[in-house]
Parts: sequence; C-alpha cells; structure tokens
Amino acid sequence: MQRIGVFICHCGTNIAGTVDVKAVAEALSHEAGVVFSTDYQYMCSESGQQLMREAIREHRLTGIVVGSCSPRMHEATFRKAAAAEGLNSYMVEIANLREHVSWIHKDMKEATEKAIILGRAAIAKVHLNAPLQAGESPVTKRALVIGGGIAGIQTALDIAEAGFEVDIVEKSPTIGGKMAQLDKTFPTLDCAACILTPKMVDAAQHEKITIYAYSELEAVKGYIGNFKAQIRRKARFVDETKCTGCGICTEKCPMKKAPNEFNMGFDKRGAVYIPFAQAVPKVATIDADYCLMLKNGKCGICSKVCGAGAIDYKQQDEIIEREYGAIVAATGFNPIDAKVYGEYGYGTCPDVVTSLELERLMNAAGPTNGTLLRPSDKEHPHTVVFVQCVGSRCTETDERGKPYCSKICCMYTAKHAMLIREKYPDTDVYVFYIDVRTPGKNFDEFYRRAVEQYGVHYIKGMVGKVTQNGKQLRVQASDLLAGEQLHINADLVVLATAIEPDKTARSIGTMLTASMDTNDFFTEAHPKLRPVESPTAGIFLSGVCQGPKDIPETVSQASACAAKVIGVLAKDKLTCNPCVASSDELLCNGCSSCEKVCPYGAITYTDKEFRGPNRTTLIRRVASVNPAVCQGCGACTVACPSGAMDLKGFTNKQIMAEVDAICK
Amino acid sequence: MSHSNHATEQVLRSSGVDVRKCMRCGKCTATCPAFDEMEYHPHQFVYMVEKGEIEKLAASPSIYKCLSCFACVDRCPRGVEPAKLVEAVRLSVIRKQGQNHMSPDAIPALLDEDMPQQLFVTALRKYSK
Repeated sequence: MQRIGVFICHCGTNIAGTVDVKAVAEALSHEAGVVFSTDYQYMCSESGQQLMREAIREHRLTGIVVGSCSPRMHEATFRKAAAAEGLNSYMVEIANLREHVSWIHKDMKEATEKAIILGRAAIAKVHLNAPLQAGESPVTKRALVIGGGIAGIQTALDIAEAGFEVDIVEKSPTIGGKMAQLDKTFPTLDCAACILTPKMVDAAQHEKITIYAYSELEAVKGYIGNFKAQIRRKARFVDETKCTGCGICTEKCPMKKAPNEFNMGFDKRGAVYIPFAQAVPKVATIDADYCLMLKNGKCGICSKVCGAGAIDYKQQDEIIEREYGAIVAATGFNPIDAKVYGEYGYGTCPDVVTSLELERLMNAAGPTNGTLLRPSDKEHPHTVVFVQCVGSRCTETDERGKPYCSKICCMYTAKHAMLIREKYPDTDVYVFYIDVRTPGKNFDEFYRRAVEQYGVHYIKGMVGKVTQNGKQLRVQASDLLAGEQLHINADLVVLATAIEPDKTARSIGTMLTASMDTNDFFTEAHPKLRPVESPTAGIFLSGVCQGPKDIPETVSQASACAAKVIGVLAKDKLTCNPCVASSDELLCNGCSSCEKVCPYGAITYTDKEFRGPNRTTLIRRVASVNPAVCQGCGACTVACPSGAMDLKGFTNKQIMAEVDAICK
Repeated sequence: MSHSNHATEQVLRSSGVDVRKCMRCGKCTATCPAFDEMEYHPHQFVYMVEKGEIEKLAASPSIYKCLSCFACVDRCPRGVEPAKLVEAVRLSVIRKQGQNHMSPDAIPALLDEDMPQQLFVTALRKYSK
C-alpha cells in the first residue's frame, strides 16, 4: 500500500476562485492510502515545494498527488522537489485543477465536485505507479542546416564558431538565397551583395562548415541527438573538386537560351552556368534540360575548353548518409505567382513587374547593369506606380491570396520609391497603400523620408485594374482620402507580391515530422517562449520558413536558433523519457501490428528462444522496443491485439484505474 | 459608432454580407466602372451600412447607378461583396409596401437601350425564384 500525500494549490485565485480547495483537500484525505492532505496558496513557490518536501520526510510518503495547473507547466518542478527527498520522480501525479476545472467552469459547486473526482483519479493512478529510471542517449556533435540563404548561413556560422561541425544543404547551385538577388537593403541602403558575399565566403572557408550545394534532403530518420539523414547530391556534370570557376565554359557554351533564374528570367544564360560572379561554391553547373551534349550527344564544347578537365557528362546523382545531433530548417520563401491577379496585368503587360524583379532591374549586376529600363522597350520609365498588398492580407477563404501580412513589402517599396526618385528625379512615383506598416528601428523614419525628402506620392487606396494603353499602362485606382477614382498613365507598375514558404518546405516538414500551419510555415514549440524550436525535439527553425521577416530579424532569429542547437550539441548525453513502450514477450504473438503503426520506427521483431514444456525450446517471433527511439506516443499499445504492449508510466491498468475512479 | 436598427439588420440579412470583414483598402472603388456616376462609392456603401445609414443610401440615386457588374465582389481581397449590399438596399426600396411592383411579363416591353442594366438584373433576380 502506498503512503500518498495530496497537495491542492490555490494558484492565487486562479483555482481557489472557482474551486473550494479546502473541501477538495478534506474530501481527498479520506481516500484509501492518503496519509496527508493539505492546500496551499502557491505550491510551485519555494515555500510550497518546501511544504511538500517536509511532508515526504515526516509522513514517509511513497506517492504524491498535486492538484494544480497543467502538468505541462509544473510537473517538472514537483518531480524535482520529490527527487530531492529521494522519492522517484515518477511517483508524482498531477490533477489538472486549473485548465481542466477552474478556468472552464463558473459554478463553484460543480467545479469542486469535478476537482475531487480528478483528484481521486490521480490517487488511483499513483497506487499503481512504479519508480522509473530515465535512460541516456549519446549526442552526435554535428548539425544539419537545410537551406543556404542568409538564415542558414548565419545559423551555420554561429554553430561553427562554437566549435561544432555543420553541414549546409542547399538545393540550388550556390548558397546566398534571396538576399543575393537584392539590390540595396533597408533602412540603411547598404548593398545586399556587399554585406552578404563576405558571409558566404566565411561559410565556405570555415573549417567546421561543409556546404552541399545543388543537393537536396532525401530522407531523415532518428531522433534528437541521433538523426540519420540521406542527402542527394544532384549531378552537376562538373567535378566540384576540379572546377576552378574560371567561367570559360559558360562563355563558350553555344546554347544560350536558358532563362536566367538569378535575373528573374529577364535575360538568358548558357546551358553550363555559374549563377552569379560571387557564387559559393564558385563551380559551374550544367543544366540537363538545355545541354545539347546531354540531350542529343552533340556538342561537347565545354569539355574541350575546360583546362581543368572538370566536365563529366556521365556524372550521376549521389546519395550520401550523415549523422546529426540537431537539424535546422531554413528553407526560406518565394514570392507568390502574380499571374493569378489578372486585373493587374502581370504576365500580359510586360511592364508590370514584381518587386523582386525590380530588384534585378535596379541591380548593378543585373540585366540592365543597374539602369532602370522598362522591360518592353528598354526605355526609361517616367511614371512608376507601386501596388501594395498584392496577395497579402486576404480573407481566409480567398483562393488567390494569403491571409497574413507579408511584413517586408512596406519597407522595400519605400526603398524602391526612394532609390528611383534619387537616381531619376524626373520620375513620378506613386505608392498605393492600404496601411503603411513600418515598425522597426529607424523604419518609420525611413518611410517618412521617402515622402518628405524624396517626394514619393503615397496614396491611401488601391489599384483596381491595369490595362495596356498603347506604349503605356493605364492604372485605375482609388484615392480614399480624396474620395476620387484616379486614372494614371504609367510606364512601369510594380506589384508588392505576397511571400509564401518555399514549395519544398512541406515535404521537408514531413520528413522531419515537424508540424506546420495551414500556410506551410513551420510552427514553433511556443509562439512566444520557444520561437526557434519546432515541437519535434531536435528540430530548429531559422528565417522565413517560420513566418515572414526581414533581414535584421532573420539574422537575429538565425543566431537564436544557433544558440538552441549549441545547447543540444554541447551535451554529451541526453536524458531520455522513461515513459516508453515495452512488450511482454510472453504475451506477444508476433503479429507486427505495433511495428506497422509506430511513427518513429522504434519497434523491431526478433526470433527468440523460449523454454517450452518438457525441457523443449521454442523459437518465437516477438516485438522489442528501442527505448531511445520510442517517444511514448502509445499508438502500439492500442494496436496490440494481445495486450502485450504497454506504456511505462501510463500502463493499461493505470489508465483503467483512473477511469474507474472517475466513474465510481 | 455602429448602431443596429431594423433596416440595417434587414440589409445585412438579405445581402449575407459581413461588413466587418472590410479592411478599407478601396479596391472596390478603384475597380468600379460606374464611379463617375455615383454619389456614394462602393467602399462608402460598406462603411455606411456598418454605421447604419441605410436611409441615406436608399435615398441616393447611386443605388440605381450600380451596374451590378460584380467587379468589386470579384476583386475584394476580404470577400466583402459590396455589390450585394447595393442590391439589398435596392430591394429594400422596391419591396416597400404600397409601392408599384413590376410583373415579369411587363419587362420585355419596357426594355430600351438607355435603361440601366441593373434594373433588369434586379428584376431577374427578384423573380427567378
């Protein structure tokens, strides 16, 4: 028989305001096995814990029931207090009297009754509790970062600086991500390439960082501290170890019809290409969709001109396997396809462009060498109209847009407007906005500068439609403050398109068993207090894959993410959860049901010898659980037809005892 | 600001529009082809219904200037559907007791090219069920 102590917490008035805590403590004191029962204002406080510890000593308690807040909140606190008195942590049970009772009920009588019932259930469970010992698992001291944009680069650099190995997996031929395509960065207007490319080089040169560019994550197995990842190194048809990045092949390639993704398709590149001059790794890649040699075996010019002998038309995809202690998702974003907004003329009028396209049209390394020329006739535009919130802030059921604010558009549009007015003072610039959202250090000042110093026309209203009108674009818009409808003849229209998570995020999220929201952004373990961790242990979040953010925010979050990863990698061993499944081999009938439902691959079957009647031995196929891999979800215990599978700490008997106590 | 009255409730119910979804972006007014003809414009319609100013709307010729082209409904990013409010206010006027009502058989004879299109559309909607 257990000697049980019951402790009912007031939680200030959180519980005591709706539950008669004294009556609960009194009622529970009469339960079988209860030798001590009391209530206290704050059980989680130092003095509350002291009260529990003294009771354990004085009354030689073997089990504890705390009626308090959710176990998610303070179970660890009370387990620690019990352990300090030599009582096994797993002899502590929580009856959730706050979230399950006081916060959701109004009537005191009803609430008190329910609190007593939940207390009884917890007591019934404690009677069957057994001490459990937490095991340990080793930690592989290496991290994997998925995505090589500014978020991934910063996270990798910080982890590497702390002395741990990091691998970056990037699906495109170079790291750098979206930031590499930008012209200037707000609010300081420093050139994106000037601040990013040194970081790319730092990452490439760091002895602890390995960059797997032009590679994709293929599969992930395992758990925190012990992940196994398969990485597909896509065939570049160029030997990375031999290529010097001289670029002769890219010049001599006769096939010049491939759209240049880096310049948003405004110009063409060769079938063999280096995305941009500062690419890291600076290695050529052959685009198999365009290469004449790979398509029909005729050409081979790049191979002839390559002095290093790096071209290898026979190269195959290669799958490598690596072990990691922690994995970082830094999969980034893309602008949505503006073609769905037919009324704005994108895709039909060549002079309607997206903001990311404008970045390239204004970039010194872009297709126009930094001179702003409109795509249709390469003329300098004299009237430019910016449209905000294209696909952002739509209603939940909208088929074309996103319900969230993309956060970065107000600031980059102010930047674009300002830069155009500075370079070309003869240009009229209009910005149609719903709200101008500029929270951030020096952000609102920046926007006001665009209005006051640079004379950008900010108009509260929206563009309704854009049509081609001869060489110009006719923009029909509203000016809500003036109560007018405007018709503007514009030369260039720029759409601030919403951003969305990269298309690969969903499949990567599935591989990592990391949860995502309806917009495919990764969800955090806690939106305020654990913003860079996924609810799945060992998976961390960096950059826009978690939600829209600008560069300063992305870099801060990337470093925060690195700190969390370092926290894992710095440990030699991780404590495992002892509440794992175990199989009773004598009951197991070898049906494999549990193995099929286990989401973690923790169950294996082995042939084992058993003693049979008359000194015979029987060989039977039985399940065994790897306690380091098991996460204690309990799916197998439900699937097992013979009742052989049980979850430690939540055994079938314990659960039934609780149900019985509730139904009594 | 917003006070509920019978007329407002009736317009909200018969239109099925949730005026609170409006974020005041003005895309409806930007997109409206009949803007120049109207005293009150689509975004004002939404705001006025929210404020309960149905009588002002009902008395305005704007409700007959709406072409019922539904461009505002199609392009509203918040799914507010301003044209349905116009329609509802129009119906509330037409359905007042003691008014002269049109019979569907009478419509063809009344058609002429200067007649506002919305009258025809309204009549069809009203009598199609």
